[in-house]
Amino acid sequence: MAIGARPPPRQFAARLQRALGGGAGWKGFFLQLLFVVLLAWTTYAIVDNVRSNLETQRIAAGFGFLTNNAGFDVNQSLIPYSQSDTYARVFVVGLLNTLLVSVIGIFFATLIGFLVGLGRLSPNWLLSRISGGYVELLRNIPLLFQILFWYLAVLSALPPPRQSISLFGVIFLSNRGLVVPTPVPHPGLAAVIAALLLAIAVSLLLRLYVRRQLFQSGRIMRIWPAIFGVLIGLPLLAVLLFGTPFGFEIPRLRGFNFAGGSRIIPEFVALTVALSTYTGAFIAEVVRGGILAVHKGQMEAGASLGLTRGAALRLIVVPQALRVILPPLTNQYLNLTKNSSLAVAIGYPDLVSVFAGTSLNQTGQAIEIIGITMGVYLLISLVTSAIMGFYNWRIGRSMGA
Amino acid sequence: MKRVFLALALAAGFAMQPATAQTLKTVKDRGMLTCGVSQGLPGFSAPDDKGNWTGIDVDVCRAVAAAIFNDPTKVKFVPLSAKDRFTALQSGEIDVLSRNTTWTLSRDTTLGANFTGVTYYDGQGFMVKKSLKVNSALELNSASVCVQTGTTTEQNLADFFKSNNMKYEVVAFAGADETVKAYESGRCDAFTTDASGLYAYRLKMTNPADHVVLPEIISKEPLGPMVRHGDDQWFDIVKWVLFAMVDSEELGITQRNVDEMAKSDKPEVKRVLGTDGNFGEQLGLTKDWVVRIVKAVGNYGETFDRNVGAGSPLKIARGLNQLWNKGGIQYAPPIR
Repeated sequence: MAIGARPPPRQFAARLQRALGGGAGWKGFFLQLLFVVLLAWTTYAIVDNVRSNLETQRIAAGFGFLTNNAGFDVNQSLIPYSQSDTYARVFVVGLLNTLLVSVIGIFFATLIGFLVGLGRLSPNWLLSRISGGYVELLRNIPLLFQILFWYLAVLSALPPPRQSISLFGVIFLSNRGLVVPTPVPHPGLAAVIAALLLAIAVSLLLRLYVRRQLFQSGRIMRIWPAIFGVLIGLPLLAVLLFGTPFGFEIPRLRGFNFAGGSRIIPEFVALTVALSTYTGAFIAEVVRGGILAVHKGQMEAGASLGLTRGAALRLIVVPQALRVILPPLTNQYLNLTKNSSLAVAIGYPDLVSVFAGTSLNQTGQAIEIIGITMGVYLLISLVTSAIMGFYNWRIGRSMGA
Repeated sequence: MKRVFLALALAAGFAMQPATAQTLKTVKDRGMLTCGVSQGLPGFSAPDDKGNWTGIDVDVCRAVAAAIFNDPTKVKFVPLSAKDRFTALQSGEIDVLSRNTTWTLSRDTTLGANFTGVTYYDGQGFMVKKSLKVNSALELNSASVCVQTGTTTEQNLADFFKSNNMKYEVVAFAGADETVKAYESGRCDAFTTDASGLYAYRLKMTNPADHVVLPEIISKEPLGPMVRHGDDQWFDIVKWVLFAMVDSEELGITQRNVDEMAKSDKPEVKRVLGTDGNFGEQLGLTKDWVVRIVKAVGNYGETFDRNVGAGSPLKIARGLNQLWNKGGIQYAPPIR
């Protein structure tokens, strides 16, 4: 009788069985299958019933409305839009406005959050108390109230356009917003852009060279004056050779408002300021928590190496704290994006205002429009999470964790 | 997020049950009519300092309640923003929408609801500050205009400026109060809504005398109540309650003389007041349905005067809303 090796257990089948049926094996698998079929059938029944009921009541259904003419105007749009465009375009306009306020809000909230969070840990008594006061004040007042405060109490108090506050006669601040000159490209622009790109490329190469020198021979080189010179000098040379890159269209008061120039509407300012200061207060606490989570021995080790407090924070503490900070920071970013839907209270044309508001009302297709809007917010949140997740993964990897 | 809630309620409602056509029975069983009104438009629907709702739109609901229950107080008023109103009607949260809503073809066909008649013939106008020294809407080129979202107003505004080749900036708010506040604070040069609304909101402003309504009327805005599709009996009731109010005015039946008129032997009056025929019963109501309505809220003219006309702070002239035989266009089919 030949003694052969025992055949290995059939890994694949066993693994499949475990994955599908859990501990209960194939029996469990069939139970789960039954559940899935039941779920699918229920979903189908619900959708079918909704559809037939909408039809009997003759309520318009489906997504055909997206290609209909919207017929109303929007006061801020990143893409060309007029009243003769479709609801689909209204959707894009609203979405871009939401993204604009979210991205700019996230930028400033992060800036404020890190400054205030670090300020609160500062050994300077006054600075830490001011930062603490900021956090307690801002995070404990409802956001909607803060938005209305900025809009109605602060920005409405600005003078009307005819008495607007003027800066050198080119920038105007009034209760219609901030009007600034619009840059108009001249022929020299291409040359200046090319020079700038060249300067950036040279700087990057220099940096690469310096790093290599550091790792190979341990030499530390000072290159920032050279980089500074290249970044300023090359474009300047291009301007001298090819003329000014762009001129400015100066806004002029004409009729009720300013004509020419670009305008930042007060609704946008109020919303951005309120969102970034409010979320900034929460981020400050997240940052403070993250830094406190790093053992204080790390700071002391930095100090004993002769690093200043700032350098020790920047090089040793913050990179470690980031691992703790990132997950709750992501939450704050998501909150800010979702809170931007409060825009509707002050007439900022975000997605909820123009699409889930005006368009919904004009078409009456509540189920479709609310469905799309909810889906879009979910998608924005998932993408934000994914980006932050990727960043978190990179930090973890670079620290060898 | 009332809208999200309403949309979910709508989806859930349609998912669970087949559409019912039993509104009258539902209302009777509940012992209460639910009526969607505005969040506060003086003259049309606004709560007073004691929380009682008054206004011409409110009186339509009270008249329906009076016709059903012989008690105009059996109404629950649901204040709705312009944006939420149709969803609230579709989802069944309210039985009647009586909220200064403009009758348009697309609203009549795609919302799953019907307009039952015209309570008030209106048109869209503009209001500006007197200090701007503007005399005509055609001088509004480059102006900023405040408007409430989810209204026909928003679309008329776009049409008006486009057809007159004028530029403007629209600033749209969800609520009427926010719109008025933004206009008052100077965010906009002009405020636009239905002309009746302009007079009503001007009363609410800090200095009503500082604002002037421009003469141009840029649209037709027939305002009327709405009911859901699929219940013709209920549609008939709400429709004929309004007709009965107009017919009563035409026949001279008033809140004060309705009991004497019931003894009249004029055949027309007898039919309307139910001493002859069974017209109320044909609607699913009682014979004396018009008596109940007129006792509760008066005829159309009385309702108009008390809420928006000479007897009210708004002092709006009857104009188009005068009866057809007195120079206006209010006209009701005969009860017979």
